[in-house]
Amino acid sequence: MRPFTYERATDAQAAVKAMAEHPNAKFLAGGTNLLDLMKLEIEHPAHLIDVGRLPLAAIEDTAEGGLRIGAMTTNSHVAADARIRSRYRVLTQAIVAGGSGQLRNKATTGGNLLQRTRCAYFYDTAKPCNKRHPGSGCGALEGLNRNSAIFGASDACIATHPSDMAVALVALDASVETLTPWGEGRRFPVAELHRLPGETPQIETRLAPGELITAVVLPRPPQGGQVYRKVRDRASYAAGLASVAVAGGNLALGAVAHRPWRADKAEAALKSGASPGEAIAAELAGAAQNGRNGFKINLVARLVPAALEEARANGRDA
Amino acid sequence: MTSVLEWEATSNPVKENRAGIIGKAVDRYEGPLKVTGTAPYAYEVTPPSPAAYGVMVSATIARGRIAAIDAAAAEASPGVLLVWSHENVPEQGPRPPLYDFFTPFPRPALQSDRVYFFGQQVAVVVADTLENAQAGADLVKVTYEADSQAVDFHAHRHEATEPDSPPEFQLGNREMGDFAAGFAAAPVRIDDVWRTPLQNHCQMEPCAATAWWEGDHLTVHCSVQTVRRNQIALAATLQIPPENVRVLTRYVGGGFGGKSAFYEDTVLASLAARALGRPVKVAFSRQQMMHGTIHRPATEQRVRLGATPDGRLTALSLMTTTHCDRRGFFTEFSSLFVRNLYAAPNRLTGHSVVKLDLPVAGALRAPGEASGTLSLEVAMDELAEKLGIDPVELRIRNEPEADPETGKPFSIRQLVRCMREGAQLFGWDKRNPKPGQVRDGRWMVGLGMAAAIRGNILFPASASFTVDADGVITVRQGMTDIGTGAYTVLAQIAAETLGVPLGDVRVEIGDSELPPAPGSGGQFGAASAGSAALAAGMNLRKAIAELASNDPASPLFGGPAGQVTFQDGVVAIANRSERLADLVRRAAPDGLTAMGEVSPAADSGDWSSHTYGAHYVEVGVDTVTGEVRTRRMLGVFAAGRIINRKTARSQLTGGMIWGVSSALTEGNLVDPRYGSLINQDLAGYMVPVQADIGEVEAIMLDEVDDKANPMGIKGVGELGISGAGAAVANAIYNACGARVRDYPITPDKILAALG
Repeated sequence: MRPFTYERATDAQAAVKAMAEHPNAKFLAGGTNLLDLMKLEIEHPAHLIDVGRLPLAAIEDTAEGGLRIGAMTTNSHVAADARIRSRYRVLTQAIVAGGSGQLRNKATTGGNLLQRTRCAYFYDTAKPCNKRHPGSGCGALEGLNRNSAIFGASDACIATHPSDMAVALVALDASVETLTPWGEGRRFPVAELHRLPGETPQIETRLAPGELITAVVLPRPPQGGQVYRKVRDRASYAAGLASVAVAGGNLALGAVAHRPWRADKAEAALKSGASPGEAIAAELAGAAQNGRNGFKINLVARLVPAALEEARANGRDA
Repeated sequence: MTSVLEWEATSNPVKENRAGIIGKAVDRYEGPLKVTGTAPYAYEVTPPSPAAYGVMVSATIARGRIAAIDAAAAEASPGVLLVWSHENVPEQGPRPPLYDFFTPFPRPALQSDRVYFFGQQVAVVVADTLENAQAGADLVKVTYEADSQAVDFHAHRHEATEPDSPPEFQLGNREMGDFAAGFAAAPVRIDDVWRTPLQNHCQMEPCAATAWWEGDHLTVHCSVQTVRRNQIALAATLQIPPENVRVLTRYVGGGFGGKSAFYEDTVLASLAARALGRPVKVAFSRQQMMHGTIHRPATEQRVRLGATPDGRLTALSLMTTTHCDRRGFFTEFSSLFVRNLYAAPNRLTGHSVVKLDLPVAGALRAPGEASGTLSLEVAMDELAEKLGIDPVELRIRNEPEADPETGKPFSIRQLVRCMREGAQLFGWDKRNPKPGQVRDGRWMVGLGMAAAIRGNILFPASASFTVDADGVITVRQGMTDIGTGAYTVLAQIAAETLGVPLGDVRVEIGDSELPPAPGSGGQFGAASAGSAALAAGMNLRKAIAELASNDPASPLFGGPAGQVTFQDGVVAIANRSERLADLVRRAAPDGLTAMGEVSPAADSGDWSSHTYGAHYVEVGVDTVTGEVRTRRMLGVFAAGRIINRKTARSQLTGGMIWGVSSALTEGNLVDPRYGSLINQDLAGYMVPVQADIGEVEAIMLDEVDDKANPMGIKGVGELGISGAGAAVANAIYNACGARVRDYPITPDKILAALG
């Protein structure tokens, strides 16, 4: 870890203003990812702007019948909220499937969305990685990349996004609200927050430099059942091998791409009467494997129909 | 030299157990310190004056040389006090051509420009704060000239040759009867290959040292499993007399074989503390632990079993291929236990090793058995199915009358009883031998079992016992407690031997200035250290009895010293008695001290002495995803007299849980391009979490092995892991019909096996 300066922001406007004033600054919220990355010499911010105590930790009803989740709300708090548990169970299930109890108690909603990949080659500074050092190459591409992307990967990067929560938010058609460095509020779908790697995997979201996520907005819950299923090597504290969020007719996949993967081809197939197996096959027609992660294609093909069935059963119970 | 027959025939307070302290589930002696955060790890020890902090820089190539080190930026970095590499590190004792396991040789740090493995320490930066040292370490620029490297075990395993370990290790091929002919003639055969991955210890406490000097005397707190050996090795490294080095290791956060010897942290903290004239702390990071300390090497194991249709083994072979570093000779001896386990007239076991440019191979909990049972005990399951015989029954049919290869009598062997009692308690009779028949919701449920075996060793050890004027007994011994319960069992032995309550016993261990003991490892700790403690206790009893009998002021005066009894803090001859504290306060106010020691009996090699067990496991396999979760585990063990049911059970269940991860999740992957391990932290190297383990129970049979040592006890530290993973693998097969022979058995492999 390298020396850095630190300040605690008093309000969101001040936070983005401070960011504009400091080159090489980072927002710090729960710190469950950023501090690790700093200790491992992967992130080298010169200045930290602590936004963890901004008054953005409430969960409010919206006029549209949804919920606005403040960006500083902890993962544990969101997962335990009675409204979310009853109306957005896929979100509670997804959050509880991520990290560990200790991490969820610290991690925030905004920070969860912005956590970086768990790719082992990203984590080892002795290896090339286009995220850490653009242009250095991708160590994972020819490496031990069992947990790499089957959708939307590039020659520059095959990493996956590790968030479980984000997969559920994408399936729920949630939006993010942000504050830009020039003080303007923006709102756009979570599904548009994360980018595919392309040639610039170091640019992971469409946020402008210094833009702060202030809230996540859930629309009215979709009709139909919800479920989150995650497959992992151990029962807790493990990145997914694959996951799926079902929210009514919406379907999103996790641990398969550089961003939560909205399975719109499968959704379309389902709407036109395809069986679950046919629907996910339609989605997986666009998947590509690299020799070590091919099992994910089979895994997703098995997982999604089971999750759809479970969601249907949940919908009947509700 | 004593005889085991003498041990067997001689009673003692531990055997008599009059106060009932032996065998009791006594709470950990140091438990209150641990749960209140007041049992410091080596790095947390407060030195006499403010410490400086060292951070090590690790090599990023697998083989080659350091072409240049540019330390200028690091040296100019705020707070940096020194930067050392091979170019300027102080002179140290030379590394021997080969380390042998038992001799404490110098272990110099930063010795040359050669890089032998990825993650080897190549420099250290010491600064006034940890943060400044870390920042400085990141500024050290090392340029390498890489040589070609051989790091891929499976690509190079055909180059394996006979181990060059000492002949007494008996790792070479051993054949009895005519294996090839016996196997060829067998009507029923199994011939399969298993692979186990490289594994790391992942101790809770990384290796670390806090060192300071007073004149030419060094005090160093470090995290090691043995103090005396490391005192001598460190002195040889620093080229000073051993009596000038004091090694302390009070509370060790796990060893598992990985801390038998110290590493660069201890050497560099000692050297830097001397150079700077102030205490220095150096610790390995979690990532540095993975590469920079030892690991269990990967293995490939071929098992061949030949049997008659009624389930008698006629041919039995486990051949192990493994790897070690070029400068080492460690062999993961996965085939050795086979020589003691089952009867068969034709037998072949042996090992071959390929030397690779990987980090240093070494011992990890139950070296040999932990990996070897993952093949043999699954092969037995396959054979049972092929024969249509219950797996328990198959093992019972091949139970030997005497040691299968040496013909020596067993000191005691209750493997069959372990299997039978376990089967009954677990409900084994409800197992459907046909795979894939039991469903519970989305889970396919299966049962599996495996046998467990692990050796029994007694090493020479000594101890001292002191009674003070308060009647408090203090045990002093250069023993270690690596989380096993050594503090507690020593206290129990002392309390029972001297007839005092546990609260009147103090235990001081983990200090090289105390009477030497072998430390912890190889599940020899309790037997070796405990037997020496018993001997010291007996000598102290004698001294106290003589004190009483010779003290005119004592009610015991003039009585026969040999008849003095010790109970409830009172010494007595028949109805003449007084409190132990009163006697000592009056007659020996400065206290009384007695020494004791134990060494192996001259004839201990005449018996085959092991610990045994049987594992029973129920797993669920997710029908959709191939995920495996253990639902129930039961281990039944026979390991001699148990001193402490609580700490023994904890060791056994800990081993069983480790068996689960050996089967399901654990292993370091080697990227052959870099010669490095890819998963370097506890997020990527998967040890089980609570949610992975359902019910787990360990039962210890009533057993006494009076030929093992004067107390009739044996070790349990390594028995629990032996066979546990095989039982999981067998349960998976029973659940779903997937037989995966490439560990760990991850969901992708299960799905592939299910097709």
